[in-house]
Amino acid sequence: MVEGYNGLLTATVFLPAVGALILLLLVKGNKNVRNFAVFIALADLVLSLVVFSFFDRSEGADRFQFVDKITWIPDVGLNAHFFLAVDGLSAPLVALTGLLGMCAILASWHVGFRVKEYFVWLLVLQTAVMGVFTSMDLLLFFLFWELELVPMFMLISVWGSGRKEYSAMKFLIFTIFGSGFMLVGIVAVYLTPGVGTFDMVELSTKTTMLTSAGLLIPMSGLFWLFFAGFAIKLPTWPVHTWLPDAHTDAPTAASVMLAGVLLKMGGYGLLRINVGMFPSQADEFAWVLVVLGVVSVLYGAVITMRQTDLKRLIAYSSVSHMGLVLVGIGSVGISEGTLSVTGLNGAAMQLFTHGTVTGLLFLSVGLVYERTHTRHIPDLGGLAGRMPVVAVAMLIAGLASLGLPGLSGFVSELLVFLGAYQAYDWPTVLAVLGIVLAAGYILWMMQRTFFGVRRESFNDLPDASLVEALPLGLMLITIIGVGVYPSVLTDVFESGLNPMVDVLNGVINP
Amino acid sequence: MVSEAVIWSIFLLPLGSFMFAALVVRPLFNRYSLISGLATIGALGTALGLSIWTLRSAILGHHLEFEPLKWLEVGDATIEIGLLVDPLTALMLVVVTGVSLLVQIYSLGYMKGDPSFSRYYAYMSLFTAAMLGLVMSSNIIQLYMFWELVGVSSYLLIGFWHERPSAAAAAKKAFIITRIGDVGFLIAILYLFTQAETFSAAGLNAFHIPDIWMAAQAEAAAGAIIGGTALTWLALGIFAGAAGKSGQFPLHTWLPDAMEGPTPVSALIHAATMVAAGVFLVARFFPVFEHSIDAMTVVALVGAFTAVFAASMGLVMNDIKRVMAYSTVSQLGYMMAALGLGLYAPAIFHLVTHAAFKALLFLGAGSVNHATGTFDMRYMGGLRKVMPVTYVLMFIAGLSLVGIIPLAGFWSKDEILLGAWDGTGLVDTWVNRVTFFSLIVGVVATAFYTMRMIILTFHGEFRGGIDKEIEDRSSDAADDTNHSAHGGIHLHESPLVMILPMLVLGVITVVIGYIANPQWVDEFGIPKHWITAFLSDGLAEAKNAIGHHETLEFSRGMALVSTLAALLGIGLAVLVYLKRRRLVSDILVLVKPVHILLTQKYYMDYLYENLMVRKWFYRVFAGTLDWLEKNIIDGTVDLVGWFFRNIGTAIGKFQTGQVQTYATVIAFAVLAIILALLLVD
Repeated sequence: MVEGYNGLLTATVFLPAVGALILLLLVKGNKNVRNFAVFIALADLVLSLVVFSFFDRSEGADRFQFVDKITWIPDVGLNAHFFLAVDGLSAPLVALTGLLGMCAILASWHVGFRVKEYFVWLLVLQTAVMGVFTSMDLLLFFLFWELELVPMFMLISVWGSGRKEYSAMKFLIFTIFGSGFMLVGIVAVYLTPGVGTFDMVELSTKTTMLTSAGLLIPMSGLFWLFFAGFAIKLPTWPVHTWLPDAHTDAPTAASVMLAGVLLKMGGYGLLRINVGMFPSQADEFAWVLVVLGVVSVLYGAVITMRQTDLKRLIAYSSVSHMGLVLVGIGSVGISEGTLSVTGLNGAAMQLFTHGTVTGLLFLSVGLVYERTHTRHIPDLGGLAGRMPVVAVAMLIAGLASLGLPGLSGFVSELLVFLGAYQAYDWPTVLAVLGIVLAAGYILWMMQRTFFGVRRESFNDLPDASLVEALPLGLMLITIIGVGVYPSVLTDVFESGLNPMVDVLNGVINP
Repeated sequence: MVSEAVIWSIFLLPLGSFMFAALVVRPLFNRYSLISGLATIGALGTALGLSIWTLRSAILGHHLEFEPLKWLEVGDATIEIGLLVDPLTALMLVVVTGVSLLVQIYSLGYMKGDPSFSRYYAYMSLFTAAMLGLVMSSNIIQLYMFWELVGVSSYLLIGFWHERPSAAAAAKKAFIITRIGDVGFLIAILYLFTQAETFSAAGLNAFHIPDIWMAAQAEAAAGAIIGGTALTWLALGIFAGAAGKSGQFPLHTWLPDAMEGPTPVSALIHAATMVAAGVFLVARFFPVFEHSIDAMTVVALVGAFTAVFAASMGLVMNDIKRVMAYSTVSQLGYMMAALGLGLYAPAIFHLVTHAAFKALLFLGAGSVNHATGTFDMRYMGGLRKVMPVTYVLMFIAGLSLVGIIPLAGFWSKDEILLGAWDGTGLVDTWVNRVTFFSLIVGVVATAFYTMRMIILTFHGEFRGGIDKEIEDRSSDAADDTNHSAHGGIHLHESPLVMILPMLVLGVITVVIGYIANPQWVDEFGIPKHWITAFLSDGLAEAKNAIGHHETLEFSRGMALVSTLAALLGIGLAVLVYLKRRRLVSDILVLVKPVHILLTQKYYMDYLYENLMVRKWFYRVFAGTLDWLEKNIIDGTVDLVGWFFRNIGTAIGKFQTGQVQTYATVIAFAVLAIILALLLVD
């Protein structure tokens, strides 16, 4: 039974998968494969931008828009729906996925091994991530969540480098371990008497449904089951060790997607489910999130300093920056007064900005690696003179990463700090120290890689070509644009987060 | 009255020339990079005109208050972008655009032939725009944003010759050390936001600077929103940011290293404007600071200590730019100390005169470098014969720095000394006394190192320049001190394009001290005590206390004391370096331990970099964490993996790496859990 059909989201989600199928069956020749993949990615980018820009952000507009809701598998008596929709929280993430998907495919121009298969997996990956951000049915959400693992596993283990099989397996086992908990949570929610639905919209608007007696698992247990899945994906300390390995050994495009959007699934899940569906637990356990967040920020930053592999360095910096997402979410733990959306908005913004910033960092590192054939920092140096475009891209991304105003990273960090300080002042002060450490590792990395004396063997390295510069430019425009005019995102996020804040305020001040 | 658009244009013009140089000239017309220089100069010339217009409007007492624009609104946080044009800002606008314009003209000659000419002007424009944005900000977050942007332009310009390892290292050091201070600044902002509700209940915005002033006033209608210990901590947080930017102890170590940048950069950023931003920041929040005796005491004592401490290191440096870098830190200490004692107007007056004479000194150093190829004074000497104009100008600027009547520095420094002696009642008397005597000792040291620098550079015989330095260095390979010099030796006066801006600054250095602040009667239509009265009025208006008019009357006694102190320092230097005509680079060699302590900069770089950062933080702390990460955290993961791999052939079969298998296992496991739960139920 069709309960609502717009079609836009279905097209956005499945276009890459359909493209992958056509690619697999009909397209021949590496050049055609590449062109076709770019075409699909571009089309999907356009669709995702349509979703983002036509999302009605005015006051009084529907919270969930572009609804595609169709009854699904009714035969087995399972009340599950094929239910896609976006709200203010997911619309920017859909756009982010479109953007990074495009950049990832452009960054794969020089892949020469099992080319067709490679692009098929990349496109499937995009469908899976788009699906996660748009599913409003827990079962469908879980399906997309798991679907994403397959292409990423393949991309790392086949096209990766170094200990690629080990890293791919580690990535897979970690995530599955987490999603095991999540599945138990989903089933327990469904089986709770009086619930009997996977509908995330209903579950987050009628949070009272879940507080009914006769829970299979206590509410706090459900909260932690979901948290386990998302915390691993984010990742937070101490379950982060899959990330550096996976990043280091993945091909550039996979690193871009992994850091750019896959980690965001964790943060998105925390906001959508842990905060949205379990507001009182989120308020009660906010301090745990803040503690884990602060430890991730500082610990991640300190370990980042020790890294000598460029990709590993950026991977550990991601641990540090995703810690800020937890700190921002922790702002819901205020003890008195009215909760403001500031911290949550900061956390959501951090998802977006970290996606673009780290995506750009990985793209630049990919270009460095392609030319110098090393990522070992002590072997590099002085590249700025030969590759000014890459150096500028890396520098701007680095500055955004350390929170320079005028670039997107500043806005999200500022909002996270403003929000979190209200609830937990001293832990936030500790997290603020992270900005000094970030300046340390970013600028030290720039100094050792791009500045100083250049080795003779690097004297005739070419700068980025036009195809390579294109994704860099796209990202730079996004980073600077959001940095100068952040309202373009914060307003949208706010429209998605405000309903959650209203519910939370009802919990905090009953 | 100037319109809002005019004031915004002051900021937008250099921003435009930045974009033009970076996005148009650099990528498309790099061969004609001179265009970037001319565009920058044109933009700044116009901006200077508009700044003077704005200053005039402020002098005429126009009420320059404009409605801010909303930049970002998230929940309770409303962040606006607006203009705050009070006498302080109006003066700063003229100082920044004026010095910047002269430096850009000078750079046409100094940077001639540099392959990155466009990049240079792009960065310089970016810096000027950010600095102008900083001084006109009406919102503390807006101010913080420009604050960070001047920091990053400073980073880019210090590391301008990025292929030099020392430049890249100095750039990074500058950014990180100033950022340590910025943490305090940021936390102050975070604290303000916790009071947002109280602010808005009083109809105020917690980030709007005039509202923050208002909130600190106990006599305000709303009563003090911020007061007590919280106010002290707030002020100290802001001061931490200020201390980082203005190189106050213990965050001063980056500024001498910053001399790795091109010399015009040092003149503009690390002497005249950006480093004074810290002083500006404290002045901007002066209506908050003055309500906390503790905070004021800290500011005064840190400033006073820095003034002497930095000057002492200036006594022994051989690099002409480093002497002046320490001199800058020391003079910024004077300004901070003055603010800490409550001498708002004298501090800013000194900021203005210092901008002129210190910029001139740096441009002079650049001119000397242009001729000799080196910055090491041991390889200079005798230059007064070949570069008479530079010599005379540097001599004037030097005497101004020392505080010799009637040059600019005399008048402003005297105001500070006089005020310190008299006291303003904002801090305890002992603080006044300690500060005063530190500053007097500072005057002696300043006079000594300034004269030493002038004698070593311009008097005696020429000692070989860069050629000799390279020769010596190659024979002494262990000495790897870096030189940011460029070009070879051509001993003659610098080109007109460099001399002209110096001449302008020279004239300003001679006249501005007295003309801007006539001491006895109105002069040339300028009222008595004009600049200090202008600034004090601005401050009084900020506190809603119109008619509050505080100026210091000239004191012959104080002038005598300070002049004697200056002459003492000059005399000593002349005695040691000129009369003896021995080629000792400094007298303190005679007191070996002191000399070593000073040349080693009190071992603070060693303490920070070798001990604290490299050893304790990097090797011990980060090393331990890294070990834990590899062996405990990730080790546990691998151990668990190993355990399951070896648990037996039956389970081993699952480790096929096939996703389908894993999915099946999970599905069954979950099914089992559900069944178990259902059965329990």
